[in-house]
Amino acid sequence: MSDHHDHDHAGAPGSPLPETDLRVRALESLLVEKGLVDPAALDALIDTYETKVGPRNGARVVARAWVDPAYKARLLEDASSAIAELGYMGRQGEDMVVLENTPKIHNLVVCTLCSCYPWPVLGLPPVWYKSAPYRSRAVLDPRGVLRECGLELPQDVEVRVWDSTSEVRYLVLPERPEETEGLSEEALAQLVTRDSMIGVATVTPPTRGSRR
Amino acid sequence: MNGVHDMGGMHGMGPIAREAREPVFHHEWERRAFALTVAAGFSGEWNIDMARHARERIPPARYLASSYYEKWLLGLELLLLETGLVTRDEIETGRRHGMASPKRVLKAADVGKVLLKGGPARLPDSVPPRFKPGDRVVARNLNPVGHTRLPRYVRGKRGAIDRDYGVFIFPDTHAMGQGKKPQHLYSVRFAARELWGPEASPRDAVYVDLWDDHLDPA
Repeated sequence: MSDHHDHDHAGAPGSPLPETDLRVRALESLLVEKGLVDPAALDALIDTYETKVGPRNGARVVARAWVDPAYKARLLEDASSAIAELGYMGRQGEDMVVLENTPKIHNLVVCTLCSCYPWPVLGLPPVWYKSAPYRSRAVLDPRGVLRECGLELPQDVEVRVWDSTSEVRYLVLPERPEETEGLSEEALAQLVTRDSMIGVATVTPPTRGSRR
Repeated sequence: MNGVHDMGGMHGMGPIAREAREPVFHHEWERRAFALTVAAGFSGEWNIDMARHARERIPPARYLASSYYEKWLLGLELLLLETGLVTRDEIETGRRHGMASPKRVLKAADVGKVLLKGGPARLPDSVPPRFKPGDRVVARNLNPVGHTRLPRYVRGKRGAIDRDYGVFIFPDTHAMGQGKKPQHLYSVRFAARELWGPEASPRDAVYVDLWDDHLDPA
């Protein structure tokens, strides 16, 4: 795997070294033959995280918190239990903490050491979250990182960066946008983006939002 | 270990490239590498902290040049070799020399149940906390050659206990096969200026999850 001629990976963040594809296939065959893995279990794992578990789960948690003050109180007090009420729990989300954004406090989540991320509510992390630029700078220059993501915060807002160095997993509860009083819980959930639950974006009202 | 994986505070890594409508996986091999790692991890031959430490031991230049799931692949190969589940020759040739006998094998029918159950790091042990919320602390200046979840950028820095999360596995020993060493885990608040100097925002802060063994009273 030394012939790394695919330098900048432009537009394809996951581009493999040339023989990685073959290497993974060979390893899978070997592990299956040796009785270490069940190929059907591999398919089930992939299907789970590609089609069943993703940021729509987290969006439902956020929308519920926006419309139900009692739920929000439970969510901020004991996030793991409150999130489990909606059926989301388990691997990489065993101990959840929800961080509430307010007009004066903005929370941002990173994992500087690896890629810790709340899988049951957000699915698998995007490439940028796991990449060196974000991991290195989120703690050092969070306002610069947010600006790069299109979010300019006033100086009087306190930025709190949460470095996920343990098995506790963090989910940001973004502020409910204005002009959404008439929306249903389901319609609100449609507004909530993955990036807003990591803390690199805010939730915008339906008329001007761009989804991510 | 003071590895390149411990990136907090570094410069020069480039812009943050967010991809619109990013797929969960970009290539079929990423799907397989992901699932192989999760399924093989269920063998019970190593724990999640050992898996993290395996990736940290990828040589620095290669670590930085590898995509995310390439790191997973390299880490998985290392774990399989170190636990003796496969041999170097088997990986190089792709031909098995014998069967492996792992403690467990993840079956398709159990995937849903296993994922919902998770692998809690919280422990029922009754261990007294060394600190309480509000206490002033200083992160120890530790530089172990093994695994640690104490990032370099907070070592020797002063902060305050924000929350006590209760008793958890201590990854620094767990990754090295030295036991769970149950102890309290805290969220510790460090002022941005304490970490980064007078040019940092006076208002901002970084919260880091640290264990009793990472902290001293300040």
